[in-house]
Amino acid sequence: MELARAFSTMAADLPAIFSMIVVSVVGLVMLTVAAFRSDHPSIPWLGVAGMVVASAWELFQLGTEPGTAFFGAIRVGGYAAFINLLVLLAGIATTILSVPYLHRLKHDYGEVYALLMYATVGMILLGSSNSMVSIFVGLETMSVCLYVLAGLIREDEGAVEAALKYFLLGAFSTGFFLYGIALMYGATGTMYLPAMAQADLATAGGTLLFWAGVALFLIGFLFKVSAAPFHMWTPDVYQGSPTPLTGYMSTASKAAAFGSLILVLYYALPAERWTLVLAVVAVITMVVGNVMALSQANVKRMLAYSSIAHAGYILVALAAGTEAAFAGALFYLLVYTVMNIGAFGVMALLEWDGREGRVQTLDSLAGIGTDRPVLGVTMVVFMFSLTGFPPFGGFFGKYAVFAPAVDAGLTWLVLIGVLMSAVSGYYYLRVVYVFWMQDRDDVVDARQASLGGLPPVSRTSQGVLVVCAVGLVAMAFFSGGLIEAATGFFDASAMAAAGGGG
Amino acid sequence: MFAEFVPLFIMIVLALGLAFTLLKAAEILGPSRPNKIKRTPYESGMDPVGSARERYSVKFYLVAMIFIVFDVEVVFMYPWAVSFQDFIDGGAFLGVMTVVTIFSVILMVGLLYDIKKGGLDFEK
Repeated sequence: MELARAFSTMAADLPAIFSMIVVSVVGLVMLTVAAFRSDHPSIPWLGVAGMVVASAWELFQLGTEPGTAFFGAIRVGGYAAFINLLVLLAGIATTILSVPYLHRLKHDYGEVYALLMYATVGMILLGSSNSMVSIFVGLETMSVCLYVLAGLIREDEGAVEAALKYFLLGAFSTGFFLYGIALMYGATGTMYLPAMAQADLATAGGTLLFWAGVALFLIGFLFKVSAAPFHMWTPDVYQGSPTPLTGYMSTASKAAAFGSLILVLYYALPAERWTLVLAVVAVITMVVGNVMALSQANVKRMLAYSSIAHAGYILVALAAGTEAAFAGALFYLLVYTVMNIGAFGVMALLEWDGREGRVQTLDSLAGIGTDRPVLGVTMVVFMFSLTGFPPFGGFFGKYAVFAPAVDAGLTWLVLIGVLMSAVSGYYYLRVVYVFWMQDRDDVVDARQASLGGLPPVSRTSQGVLVVCAVGLVAMAFFSGGLIEAATGFFDASAMAAAGGGG
Repeated sequence: MFAEFVPLFIMIVLALGLAFTLLKAAEILGPSRPNKIKRTPYESGMDPVGSARERYSVKFYLVAMIFIVFDVEVVFMYPWAVSFQDFIDGGAFLGVMTVVTIFSVILMVGLLYDIKKGGLDFEK
């Protein structure tokens, strides 16, 4: 009868993976439709509908008590719901932004949207995993889909380069990651995160084995969130991939990976030994990201380096390691997702408007704000928010990650972070300057001559960008409540009750 | 605990040593009469000349996909079938049937996709 009981437990746990089921079933339906007619216009909207249903479900899960399901493999409750909601909203925005973009490229295959759905499923699993096995399965589901999406425009050499680099380096980092898991399992004898912290590392060899495993494991994760010195792939991949999908890669996959990393740090890694490691990585990441971004002429590449820098800011909170810091990191992930999807979305819609074909340098977009007022204004909001100016979410996000780090005694780290975000003002505000204030006469002549005026931009896509921009302002107003709610996910007593698992 | 691995290290050293020794011995002791054909990378294969970026049919991938569909299906269905009686005895008939049905449906969607994309259409 034990088997019967196992099956009934699993059936009772099905609500825990409701959004995964919805998104993957809708993905299968989309693939079936795509088999009959690959460019059927309903396919992306099917995906959006599925993700809206899933995110409505996750919205109601935000307030639930933390716990585990499927014999400790999956974590449920507010924390998982928050990460899942973030990933699903990023998926919805990306799908809507991709429709006009891929149509214009004549690459609007249904398979793209189906792959986006499967990547989202992987991210949901990653963000709600409680065991090393589900972390690995989620990470790989996500990564394999993203490798394919990066090389979508296969007649473009840059895209092929991006896909191949992403795939080879990603596969290599997966090797580190798996080896780390193997060593950690060898030292503790368990795959479950809470059980790992309680394991007895009595023998000297066991301790060495465990921390060697943690080091390799962190390399795998830091690669996925593109933290320096494991960031080398990021600029090439982000530049070569289709722009809306770059936005997706730089936000949703980072949100899921950081969400999972926080779970590992919070539950599985006992002492405070990793603080200095993460602090050093955060310093390198912030410096490399911001300094390299300064000299980029290509806007997409600049945004790629900026996303490295933002991973550094989040790592500051992770290095602090307190519950307030983790909550701040969650809020930062939310803000970062909205503003980065927006920035890449604007660049996607502007991709044909410059002088130089699809490659947009700062010069080629001079004065574009006057021709495209909605895109220009939203871009200003995103750039100011990325810099961290007060009326927008970016400022409160930075405050939420830096303040707990000061409390944790990492003032030197925060000092570097603040200095580096001052540096970032130069390259973000230069975009604003180029969009609105640069003399456009000579540029416009060339543009009008080659294109015969600018074609209209999709209204739905502009709508998504406006929603993102308004959302950034709203987040600034509700930042206190949001951070408080995020802190609630780490409620110590409830966590202890759910600590069991495997 | 590292003492347990000493035999493994000895074996690795022996394996590397043996491989190196045999290769070197063949080079030193054996007669060496090279000619052009012998020195090509693939002695009996095609000439490795020309661009490496040759085109070949995408059909290979579709055929490989069909292979994967059935391969994965069999890999999971064998243990499922072997332990089927145990599941019935354990009172989990409905559960195990549901699970395998979901699994097969997902694979069949893959097969349907493949066939509609012309995976079995060898004329073209």
